[in-house]
Amino acid sequence: MSQSLSSPLLVLPDNNFRLFTPAILLIGFIVVPVTGSDYWLGAILVPFLILSLAGLGLNLLTGYAGQTSLGSGGFMSVGAFATFGLVVHGGVPLPVALLLSGLITAGAGLLFGLPSDRIKGFYLMVSSLAAQFFFEWLFQKFPWFYNYDSSGTIELPRLSVFGLDVSSPVGRYLTTLVIVVALTWFAANLVRSQTGRSWMAIRDMDTAAAVIGIPVYRTKVLAFAVSSFYLGVAGALWAFIYLGSASVQSFGIARSFQVLFIIIIGGVGSISGNFIGAAFISLLPLAIDHVAQHLFAGHVDAGLLQNIQKAIFGLLIILFLVREPDGLARLFKSFGERLTNWPLRF
Amino acid sequence: MNAPPSSKPGEPLLDVNAISLSFKGVKAISELSFSVARGEILALIGPNGAGKSSLLNVLNGVYVPDSGEIIFEGEHFREIEPLEAARRGIARTFQNNALFKKMTVLDNVLTGLARHTNSSFLAQALRLPGARREEARLRARAESVLEFLELQPYRDLTVGNLAYGIQKRVELGRALVSEPTLLLLDEPLAGMNAQEKAEMSEFVSGINRHLGTTVVLIEHDVGIVMTLSNHVVVLDYGRKIGDGTPAEIRSNADVIAAYLGTVH
Repeated sequence: MSQSLSSPLLVLPDNNFRLFTPAILLIGFIVVPVTGSDYWLGAILVPFLILSLAGLGLNLLTGYAGQTSLGSGGFMSVGAFATFGLVVHGGVPLPVALLLSGLITAGAGLLFGLPSDRIKGFYLMVSSLAAQFFFEWLFQKFPWFYNYDSSGTIELPRLSVFGLDVSSPVGRYLTTLVIVVALTWFAANLVRSQTGRSWMAIRDMDTAAAVIGIPVYRTKVLAFAVSSFYLGVAGALWAFIYLGSASVQSFGIARSFQVLFIIIIGGVGSISGNFIGAAFISLLPLAIDHVAQHLFAGHVDAGLLQNIQKAIFGLLIILFLVREPDGLARLFKSFGERLTNWPLRF
Repeated sequence: MNAPPSSKPGEPLLDVNAISLSFKGVKAISELSFSVARGEILALIGPNGAGKSSLLNVLNGVYVPDSGEIIFEGEHFREIEPLEAARRGIARTFQNNALFKKMTVLDNVLTGLARHTNSSFLAQALRLPGARREEARLRARAESVLEFLELQPYRDLTVGNLAYGIQKRVELGRALVSEPTLLLLDEPLAGMNAQEKAEMSEFVSGINRHLGTTVVLIEHDVGIVMTLSNHVVVLDYGRKIGDGTPAEIRSNADVIAAYLGTVH
């Protein structure tokens, strides 16, 4: 049976998982804030959620519309610096500033998406690098963007949403969660709509897409704009909700790669994959660290231990991808399917 | 599904007027002219390399001809963009399926309705009532095509994993769902066994009969062409060497020499 039209979907489109979304929301909004420690909320869950959002942004562009990009970090910096500018220079309240920064980043993404008419695949990825380096240069070169701060960092005077102070770990966590849930809902609807189908059609075969009447170029550019909106909001959250103060270095090429790895590990062309990928990338190093400290602390040189941890992390990524090239979202899904059929066959 | 408006048979829907096309100096089509009557099934036949697929690509704007023009529903086109052709009701399928392989059968068919979608992406993403009603309407249309082509059992399966014959039918459905005036089919029966061929030609003649859609198709199986079509155009080396009813073509000496062979 096809999914009924009236049920909003967040995570997995299967009927088996109909209770999954409300359960996750209940845990996210009630259980976690009540039971989570400040360290878990502020240092683990907030960055996890923001990275998931960034992954979602890139996934809309790469996983759904099939356009490659290595400019995620650059677009995140646009969102961060635009929010800073709007709040500090313009006195715009934070929620409005976030929305406007998303739109500004969407405009920037649209601009850098214009060459996608002529440039494809690998070459498009190279041109997205130009966006990355352009924004790194822009936000370093002109002090106006960081309000002539001597160290080049940006920081908001205070974090308040509609008069409410949200600078506590719980406040920052809930602010992030509300935004991420809303934008995930928006993206999940979008990829299941005609717009999403047009994106996927272009991804799978753009000539055929044009022949059946999809305005290919306009649809591609829309994907760049929407994707950049997400990255812009994620960048602003990363700078002010997670880090507190940020600079261009917070959004370097390493950040672009990190977002790309999230979608590759989680699943290209999947909504839930972004969360799985982000969890993998932000939690696994912690888990490895925990285990390593427990087993080897004192016996092995700390620097060496650090490098071994990175090697294990890399190895695990390779293992997972060999097991399931379509990403962890697919792996989890087939595992879930087997679990529901368990008494019959596992 | 509704029949397209004004499907009066007899009146020409499409005139191909002195079309020439070459690739880097090699002539693919020379000075080709013929006309397609509204409501008929026209079969293009000819040996490999005769320019049949190239002609379909000219008709829906994938190739730009060197000279000549296309007259579609009374309007003259020196060249036509693929998007414009789709907008004007020219749909097509490809020789080697051009489906969206990672999408389901239903989603593939739904993509054919892109140009019938009016709600903005914002309305779709926010699930505004108008967009939801439109989506329900589009889905109903896609479902009726799936039903017509007996594709319902495959609705939620990923297209890339389906048998070749089923894929061909899905591609036909994707072209059909936009309710085209003119349907261009590039070897719709290629690579099928006898039973699949019979089923597919039944679908094609059903589309023509029930929906009044004009069909131009390329096919090598002359036996099927003779029963399925009511107008045959024969190409050889980019030239037209025969044009008439199946019976006329069967007795045309040039055609027999070039294509049909003496024993038939």
